[in-house]
Amino acid sequence: MGEEIVDWQVETDQHGVLWLTLDKKDTDTNVLSSSVLNQLEILVKQIVEDKPKAVIFQSGKKSGFIAGADVKEFLEVTSQQEALIMIKRGQAVFSQIESLPCPTVALIEGFCMGGGTELILSCDYRVALDDTATKIGLPEIKLGIHPAFGGVVRSTAIINPLKSLELMLSGRALGSHQAKSIGLVDLVQPRRQIKRAALAMALNEPPKRKMPLIGKVFSLPGIRHLLARYMKIKVAKKATKQHYPAPYALLDVWCNYYGNNKRMMEEEANSVARLVQGNTVRNLIRVFFLQTELKSLGDKKSFTPKHVHVIGAGIMGGDIAAWCALSGFYVTLQDKEPKYLSNAIKQAHKLFAKKLKTTHQRNAALDRFIPDCNGYGVAKADIVIEAIYEDIAAKQAIYADIEPRMKEGAILATNTSSIPLETLAETLQDPKRLIGIHFFNPVAMMPLVEIVKTKLSSKKTIQQAIAFTLNIGKLPLLVKSSPGFLVNRILMPYLVEAITLYEEGVSLEAIDKAALDFGMPMGPIELADTVGIDICYSVAKNLADAFGNKVPAGLERYINENNLGKKTGRGFYQYKKGSPIKNQDADLGDQKMIQNRLVFRLLNEAAACLDEKIVDNQNLLDAGIIFGTGFAPFRGGPINYSIQTSTDDITQMMAQYGKQYGDRFNPVPGWDIIKKISPEAR
Amino acid sequence: MAVKNKKYARPVYLVDGSRTPFLKARGKPGPFKHAELGIFASRPLLQRMPFSPEEFDEVIMGSTMPSPDEANIARVVALRLGCGDKVPAYTVHRNCASGMQALDSAAMSIASGRSDLILAGGIEAMSHAPLLLHPKMVRWLAGWWGAKTFSAKLKSLRAFSPAYLTPVIALIKGLSDPVVGMNMGQTAEQVAYRFGLTRTQIDDFAMNSHFKLYHAQQNNDLSEIEPIFDAMGNVFATDDGVRSDSTMAKLAKLRPAFDKPYGLITAGNSAQITDGAAVLVVASEDAIKQYNLPILAKLVTTEWAALSPSEMGLGPAHAIVPLLKSQRLKIADIDYWEINEAFAAQVLAVHAALNDDSYCKTHLGLKSALGEIPMDKLNIHGGGVSLGHPVGASGARIVLHIAKILEFKNARRGVASLCIGGGQGGAMLIERETS
Repeated sequence: MGEEIVDWQVETDQHGVLWLTLDKKDTDTNVLSSSVLNQLEILVKQIVEDKPKAVIFQSGKKSGFIAGADVKEFLEVTSQQEALIMIKRGQAVFSQIESLPCPTVALIEGFCMGGGTELILSCDYRVALDDTATKIGLPEIKLGIHPAFGGVVRSTAIINPLKSLELMLSGRALGSHQAKSIGLVDLVQPRRQIKRAALAMALNEPPKRKMPLIGKVFSLPGIRHLLARYMKIKVAKKATKQHYPAPYALLDVWCNYYGNNKRMMEEEANSVARLVQGNTVRNLIRVFFLQTELKSLGDKKSFTPKHVHVIGAGIMGGDIAAWCALSGFYVTLQDKEPKYLSNAIKQAHKLFAKKLKTTHQRNAALDRFIPDCNGYGVAKADIVIEAIYEDIAAKQAIYADIEPRMKEGAILATNTSSIPLETLAETLQDPKRLIGIHFFNPVAMMPLVEIVKTKLSSKKTIQQAIAFTLNIGKLPLLVKSSPGFLVNRILMPYLVEAITLYEEGVSLEAIDKAALDFGMPMGPIELADTVGIDICYSVAKNLADAFGNKVPAGLERYINENNLGKKTGRGFYQYKKGSPIKNQDADLGDQKMIQNRLVFRLLNEAAACLDEKIVDNQNLLDAGIIFGTGFAPFRGGPINYSIQTSTDDITQMMAQYGKQYGDRFNPVPGWDIIKKISPEAR
Repeated sequence: MAVKNKKYARPVYLVDGSRTPFLKARGKPGPFKHAELGIFASRPLLQRMPFSPEEFDEVIMGSTMPSPDEANIARVVALRLGCGDKVPAYTVHRNCASGMQALDSAAMSIASGRSDLILAGGIEAMSHAPLLLHPKMVRWLAGWWGAKTFSAKLKSLRAFSPAYLTPVIALIKGLSDPVVGMNMGQTAEQVAYRFGLTRTQIDDFAMNSHFKLYHAQQNNDLSEIEPIFDAMGNVFATDDGVRSDSTMAKLAKLRPAFDKPYGLITAGNSAQITDGAAVLVVASEDAIKQYNLPILAKLVTTEWAALSPSEMGLGPAHAIVPLLKSQRLKIADIDYWEINEAFAAQVLAVHAALNDDSYCKTHLGLKSALGEIPMDKLNIHGGGVSLGHPVGASGARIVLHIAKILEFKNARRGVASLCIGGGQGGAMLIERETS
């Protein structure tokens, strides 16, 4: 017959309304696996027979509504045919729900993503909980596909396409009120009213949501073709069709098949079945799992600090402090004098205004963000983060001052990027409690945090640092204490190569274009300007001292002339309103050669890091580079890219470049490790 | 009746305190609202305390015009400071002495054994005092909203007059006495008249207030001030009402502000309209022992007195006399004085009254003048004229500062006192163990 109904609970109330509760067995999170969908199919057939007054869908999980389809099942699909069968079955279940004669209501609490959103779209009415944890979205684009269970058809049928397409193209999650304002949900209610509201909608059957007039206009043939073209141009600025086919495929499905629901539904399925075949989807799913892997490196609950003390209110210290306050911690921020806190406080106000929607939430964050030039917070802090300028004596002096005042068991962390932790630990009474917690700039946007351990770091300190990082919503990556750690170490030769190419006469625009075409989020020249040429120089010098790479001589000239990059308005490029002024007619040179030289330096350094066990394995290395630099996610990371392209081809070409351009291209011993990695072991 | 020994039944201690810089109101609402001032004053203080804010037994704040959505400003501040849901809080109002009343209420609570650890102080954001609709406007609006039909609305519209739009400035209302029909400035004129003060004397006192504050700022004598930041990151670290360039010539040019055109009280010799907050941790002996807290000073006793609203400026005299009498102390026994400078003339009048046989005999129940308060021990670091008088906060500021002076000068006894709009006076005796 069919499957046993184990994940759904069925209950009919005194009004004759059927309440369908999804509570997937043996897991904290509801996911629409094929088993869950099979059971739903059976239940829907039963509903057609039993004819209840109405059906209300809800979740039985505290964690949220439905997180989406089962991503793992995507990886198991081996052919376009198989993908199509899987997709069509999902589409069929939701279409059956849509065509049920009785009213259907979806009651949404917590996160509702992907397939979950497609389920609610197939219902007549949608009621969302009024709280900050409730988020609704269609993030399939982040995995290299687009909604396949009717999400494209149904969202563009009732919501202004400008909004629905934007939702699907960005993969953003909307809060309840935002969702209501675009028409994705009908009603937002607090917990004390939501069940009554859902029941009222089911029994009273108010008029269903219809497309607003402006949406109808945008959906007209001709106009929607223009709109699609315009949106493709916008997308192209961030993601090329070659690397990210999904957004273009989505726009084509809508543009070419809107108006004929049956055809559009078929095309929605065909489009995703095609997309799933490419490497992009595989790699983006890999990135998704890498993120999960990093999150599982520690136990959030094992260390729940309440108070963070940050010393140093520069760009990093100030932003770290603001982020921690945003994450719910009490933060005391210290610097030599009140005026050095000014910028940090201004940026904190901006961050809270951006991320928090209500006045009382912003006030609460500001109340937790405490200026503290006298350092009173040291005695109360569970973790002290030192983020002053890179000077050994100054840092050691601070440690000497605070160590006796720190709470017992409190962690002493440093955000240093270039000073060996062993050196800093030398003067401590208890070197075991020192750990590196290395943030990236800008703190609010970069998800990765390198946790730097030395031979002396105690296991407990490391675990606590990881737990702290998870508690502030960042991804922890455990790295060995070695110059540059992982990210800067691998990034620097790539940046130096870019500058070297420039010194050889290649245009700035050519260099950046080659990197952008590879899939990097920003060209290396613009990146150097953004980080700051002075900072690049000091990191380059630091790594040169350790590993013997060269430092481009030209950098000193820029620093002496105070052309430090974006922050001074001029670096390699000149800047206007934060954007570089690029010469559209610049000579693009030999793009292939340029791209190879940039990428090979990066890959070679990655191999060296793998060899030196800077991180434990190649997955963590790939994760670190993707989340720390934005390295082309659709390539799945530098090691993954090498293996997918062919390690032999790459090392052969590198050897040739070594003869032609210099020793730095000769494959390092680490490539032997990479060659041994079998494709299935990832 | 024989004078009772009116000390607090159990010892009451001031552990520590902090205040925000006092910022002059400059026409538009200032960068900080009531709650922010209270929070910014309290946070550094709480960071210094070895206990968590949840350990307070209660929070008491003085404030005369908190905004309507934060009427119990003490509770709002307590919650936002992290005291938690379980710490009760209330807000007190005794006009200009609300801050001192908060400390007295805290002391009474501790003395009675009800509480051991209290956060108390005063908060006022005078620049945020509201503009109110004129009563005629309010009546018209009620009519407009009540009109349901088109013709009723039309009728209501015809009854409207532009004069209704004139706002009522709440601040002015707050600084006027409704019973005797005089504003505060006029009561200062009254006491200046009573004691024959001259414009020169008054301006001289005002100028000195600025000098003393200016020098105190140069010498870092105001260590209880914590720098605060607005949303743009601008730092406010000093009392910004100070005029280091104050001269008799400049003050003489100012016109009388209250009794025009013949009066003596000008904007230059009156306290400024100011925003600020001052808070202290008040503790019982048990709390001091339990948390191993330092003692800044002991709050020995408080005296409240009342007199005619038309001469409210003399309130301090009416409170200081019974204060000293009940403790069997003389002027010479007091090392330092803080008498709030609501008006330069008013402080001078108090000084004159206490040194006047007739006044002391007739009104203060003494056999002869109490004596002359030494001017070099009075408001040694400036006062309301130079640093401003945020109405609800001043009472707490002067108590905190007198305690700080005793600490700094290693002195034994200090008296803090204020005149109170409406015709009252308050005085507190603070003592410190000298080494």
